[in-house]
Amino acid sequence: MKKIAVVDRARCVACGACRKVCPRTAITMYKGCYAEIDREKCVGCGLCAKTCPGTLIEIVERGEV
Amino acid sequence: MKQRHWYDYLWLWSLLYFALGFFNILFAWLGMIDFLVPLFIALIGGNKAFCNTYCGRGQLFQQLGGRWKWSRDVKAPRFLSSKWFRYGFLTFFMTMFGTMVFQTYLVASGGRNLTESIKLLWTIRVPWGWTYEAGTVADWVAQYSFGFYSVMLTSTIIGLALMILFKPRTWCTMCPMGTMTQMICKIKAKEKL
Repeated sequence: MKKIAVVDRARCVACGACRKVCPRTAITMYKGCYAEIDREKCVGCGLCAKTCPGTLIEIVERGEV
Repeated sequence: MKQRHWYDYLWLWSLLYFALGFFNILFAWLGMIDFLVPLFIALIGGNKAFCNTYCGRGQLFQQLGGRWKWSRDVKAPRFLSSKWFRYGFLTFFMTMFGTMVFQTYLVASGGRNLTESIKLLWTIRVPWGWTYEAGTVADWVAQYSFGFYSVMLTSTIIGLALMILFKPRTWCTMCPMGTMTQMICKIKAKEKL
């Protein structure tokens, strides 16, 4: 089953740490408000989740979202 | 390996800043760049490009904590990225900043003498007199230098402690500048604060 990263938008501080480590450039900062994951590009590798200083990114099965 | 750009080395600027202030406190004024640029970017551009790309502080923590592994790299307590804590810390930080500006005003108006020391963590006074020769500039200009350097050093100390204890960039979740710029961005984007 393929996986994907999901961001807790309400708590995200849009610091950009996740964007920097993403090997697929799948992350953008939506207007400085929160991190947005490109569903097409994300492969669910989990690097962003590991880096996020607030641990606000979860890797879930694609079917769940 | 991603291509490295000039702005990937701004963590060196962070280090240079503290080094300069160790020899001449007047360099502390350069820290205003780190204070004003993010605000302007947020106000004009409506984004957090400063945090995302140019913040030397964040890069320093990533460098030391991430690359050099000076971080336990474990999950930080959840409250650190909660709204009440972030807005609360911003309020506290700005209050202390305001106090510092007021002290500068007192020195400018002659109500108080120049104090050649810095204050760490808002409580610990550290003599810093070797970095300034009395009379070089107006007293208030020097006073603000000592005050601003204290603010910069204090936040770095807290940031380093958080880096060691939790994730490299845990400071970013509660950074007053980050909270402030995100607030501006959210208002501009009509998102919920």
